[in-house]
Amino acid sequence: MNRRPFDPRLLRRVPAARRDLAVLAALGGLTALVIVAQATALAALLATAIDGRLDRAALAGFLAAVAARAALTWAQGTVAARAAATVKAALRVELLAAVGAHGPTWVAGQRAGQLATLAGRGLDALDAYFTGYLPQLVLSVTVPLAVLARVGLADWSSALIIALTIPLIPVFGALLGWQAQAATERQWRRLALLGGHFLDMVAGLATLRAFGRARNQVEVVRRMADGHRAATMRTLRIAFLSALVLELVATLSVALVAVPVGIRLLGGGLTLSTALLVLLLTPEAYLPLRAAGSRFHASMEGLTALDEALTVTAAPAAARPGPPAPAPDGRGEIRFEGVTVEYERTTALRDVTLTIRPGERIAVIGPSGAGKSTLLGVLLGFVTPTSGRVTVDGVDLAGVDPDAWRRRLAWVPQRAHLFAASLADNITLGAPDTPPPALAAAVRDAALDEVVAALPDGLDTVLGERGHGLSSGQRQRVALARAFLRDAPVVLLDEPTARLDSASEAVVLDATRRLVAGRTALLVAHRPALLADADRIIRIEDGRLTELTPAGVRP
Amino acid sequence: MTGRASAERAVLRLARPYLGRLVGAGLLATATELAGLALMATATWLLMSAAGQPPLDRLTVAIVAVRALAIGRGVFRYTERLAGHDAVLRMITDVRARVFATLAADRGPARRSGDTLSRLVSDVEAVQDLLLRVLVPGAAAALVGVLAVAGTALVSVPAAGVLAAGLLLAGVVLPLLATRLTRRTADQVAPLRGALAGDAVDLTHGAADLAAFGATGTALQAARGRTDRLARLERRLAAAGFAVDAAGVLLAGVTAGAVVLVALRAGVGGVLVGVLAVGALSAVEIALALVGAARQHTLLRAGLDRVAALLTAPAAEVTVPGGAAVGGGPHHVRLDGVTVRYRAGAAPALAGVDLDLPAGRRVAVVGPSGAGKSTLTAVVTGTVVPDAGRVTLDGAELSGYPAEELPRAIGGLLAEAYVFHATVRENLLLGRPDATDEELAAAARAAGLLDWVRDQPHGWDTVVGEEGGQLSGGQRQRLALARAVLAAPGVLVLDEPTEGLDPAAADAVLASVLDATPAGHSVLLISHRLSGLAGFDEIVVLDAGRVVQRGRHADLAASAGWYRDQWLLQEAAERGYLALRP
Repeated sequence: MNRRPFDPRLLRRVPAARRDLAVLAALGGLTALVIVAQATALAALLATAIDGRLDRAALAGFLAAVAARAALTWAQGTVAARAAATVKAALRVELLAAVGAHGPTWVAGQRAGQLATLAGRGLDALDAYFTGYLPQLVLSVTVPLAVLARVGLADWSSALIIALTIPLIPVFGALLGWQAQAATERQWRRLALLGGHFLDMVAGLATLRAFGRARNQVEVVRRMADGHRAATMRTLRIAFLSALVLELVATLSVALVAVPVGIRLLGGGLTLSTALLVLLLTPEAYLPLRAAGSRFHASMEGLTALDEALTVTAAPAAARPGPPAPAPDGRGEIRFEGVTVEYERTTALRDVTLTIRPGERIAVIGPSGAGKSTLLGVLLGFVTPTSGRVTVDGVDLAGVDPDAWRRRLAWVPQRAHLFAASLADNITLGAPDTPPPALAAAVRDAALDEVVAALPDGLDTVLGERGHGLSSGQRQRVALARAFLRDAPVVLLDEPTARLDSASEAVVLDATRRLVAGRTALLVAHRPALLADADRIIRIEDGRLTELTPAGVRP
Repeated sequence: MTGRASAERAVLRLARPYLGRLVGAGLLATATELAGLALMATATWLLMSAAGQPPLDRLTVAIVAVRALAIGRGVFRYTERLAGHDAVLRMITDVRARVFATLAADRGPARRSGDTLSRLVSDVEAVQDLLLRVLVPGAAAALVGVLAVAGTALVSVPAAGVLAAGLLLAGVVLPLLATRLTRRTADQVAPLRGALAGDAVDLTHGAADLAAFGATGTALQAARGRTDRLARLERRLAAAGFAVDAAGVLLAGVTAGAVVLVALRAGVGGVLVGVLAVGALSAVEIALALVGAARQHTLLRAGLDRVAALLTAPAAEVTVPGGAAVGGGPHHVRLDGVTVRYRAGAAPALAGVDLDLPAGRRVAVVGPSGAGKSTLTAVVTGTVVPDAGRVTLDGAELSGYPAEELPRAIGGLLAEAYVFHATVRENLLLGRPDATDEELAAAARAAGLLDWVRDQPHGWDTVVGEEGGQLSGGQRQRLALARAVLAAPGVLVLDEPTEGLDPAAADAVLASVLDATPAGHSVLLISHRLSGLAGFDEIVVLDAGRVVQRGRHADLAASAGWYRDQWLLQEAAERGYLALRP
């Protein structure tokens, strides 16, 4: 984890934020000057008030300094928030663009959830970092310097003590910080486990209830929550203790300055206004350092999100060698030549060789996880073969612009993702300018017309997140409508009827038959009903391909 | 308004056992702030008095006081934080347990969605923040303000009046303003943030669909537009929000200046003018903590309301335990004319369904999706109470049995079985906590999970990820099935037990699970597949909530109707499939 208070990659990667950050630094410098001016004026005001007189100039100066400080507070907050908004927007766009650049295989699985959270709400944690921590960080540099300079002008011996004691704060902070960090890391796993337990139990409540264990579990939940409390308190005790030590260090340092000042004042060796100035300014020197330290913890979440976002977007997408070759039109022969696909832990395809002639309908069967979906993924360009190659009309797919090649393909996935948009937008995915008659034809072909008729706003009905509001069968028909609209020479179907009941299955099957008619088709089949229309059947088990079609039947 | 006030009341009610600790923490927080204020005031008095060069012994008390206050402030702060966090965390433990107990006792059809539940978990944290960041510091700031005005009044009543005005502005007006601004910001930003989160989900979870149809660019463009709009809005709103902070800074300085002016006019001694001015500056700065508390409070509101609504809802009726406790072993379940209607006026989910399930009988319920199969499961397991008709267990009303004991008699694999983030063993033992290793192995074998368990380096102690994430869909289903077999209730309910398995595996698993069911135990199978049903005593075909066909497989397959149509379709397809196996 990155524990630096400022990530220098930020300046390089989000140039738009540079100006705001520079302004923030300048405002920090001005704030330090105004703090000094305010203390100087107040000291003068009080030093004359002791005689019962009002120093009008000092009062005016004090009020002017206060007004300036108020203006700076506003400017600092506003600029920090602007920087936060700029950085968040830039990183969001970069993150989402990275998803597009890397392709769907890279983003699949756990990473999808992580990225969605990061780009969505995760980056909002940066607000606390930019508006809370970063301005304090600037002040922790500028204010001690300004205070030292001003006190040095008035009384150099006090300035010397301040200069010698100020480093104690970061030194103690670092020492205690390491201690606290080590303790926190020891606790971390335990804290995460105990904290996650409540969520896990709540999420699985229906199952607990189904086994009559829900009430027994209340005691377990209480015990785990109590364990969480005890573990949290142990880490907090260390954190609070280190804050106490830092506060005492600062207090003692102020006392080291104040005692000699008092003695010299008593002896008449110092004027009251100088003594008051030193008293008012000295604590200011230690304050921002401590404030920055205590806010660092609150901004950790934002820094972690920032680190994650910068790291994810820095990973280069696999480059395609040379300029892309023109995509084949998809009406030629498709050949898998010794294709092997290895993932991190498993091998999905082993030395697969397959020739698909134009217009052939090939069914792919095999146990789940055997590599059937990977076969389609290779053809779609989502998966790059570890060895071997795929050619269409003799052109190696590795050298072809994937978007151009995918235009020749219609794909019906196992579980189509539906978007939080209108039903029409969901069907015309990738072809927003589809004329209404073509859309209507696709809807009819996919047997979606009765579904559309039952919706309140027909095709304009806006679906919920992830297509909420449609049943699995209806979603599958939306995916088929997309494929019909695509009108591509090659159709790839990945178990289009999995998870459907028999009634929906029959409807989807009919539509599927219409779709594959006259096209080259590769159908992954979980249900036997799909096999009836296939010209050839192949089986994939453990990444290996076997031809099941009896030799005589093969055309 | 009343809803919000009652949310706070509900939280305070929960805090009652820890009220002593919380009040203690509040007093310590007050002491901390007061020590800081007194430190500045005393130090100023000391310096200004010293300027008159009095004999040292006149200053001794003040010198001691400054030292004590300086160290006291730190120690007070440390103890306050410890005491406050300890009290609040203890209370949160209670809240978690109570929230869980409330959810656990909550039966009936109005189940909460997964999202609502996980949101509830973070809502509980809102209770913690309300106490630690709003109530305790708010109360301390208010108390310090009152004490500061009282102290000033001892010296000069006009100066006290000025300070009181400054404190009212800082502690009441500015927090109200901050509340309004924060609410306005949240109202404007929330919909855009929600839409953007939706974009993020679409671009990541829908990445394959977008790429396949060449629509990634368009989707990115839309997301970029929304991102820019959000950034513009955030920049605009920040300017208003920080104006409140700026006003606070101005207010502190102006109050101090005014106190000097008024005190000098009133003829207050010079040293005390300094003390009052420095004291006023500190007091207003302390009161400004209320601005932060008000902002925090505004953001916590929604979460607090949800927790309060859950905990103050009328307690779910606790069923009085029926005559006999429910034990394991054979049971007899019977449904007579059961009708379920989820909403008044809607078509019934079940209409006049009869079902007899004596000990040892095996019944399968089939039919298209939406026919009422899940509702039937819910009625049999007692989670849905029928609007008409009777459900009896061993002759007595099902609803008369304690809900907690019913699963020992009726249960098994219900829809959406959850796999816990725990070991395989712990997940299975949920079915029967006192099961031996042999029983575990037998259940796992029946569900076809045993080989996988043996292959794992940690065997039974393999931790399955969050929501069973490290298991494939098939293994997950087998784990849930093994748990149901291990539980071995007298009436074993299997709701789509082979979902996610391919046909050959599905048939094998169903057969071995049925073999592993003890003699005398009855089985209620809910399925959309029609394989492996030949051995069942009765097959019930549901359509639109009504029983349209019932009988044994051989009879149903021979007579015209939904069952025969589906059976022939599947048979033809499956034979072809099996014949094609090498």
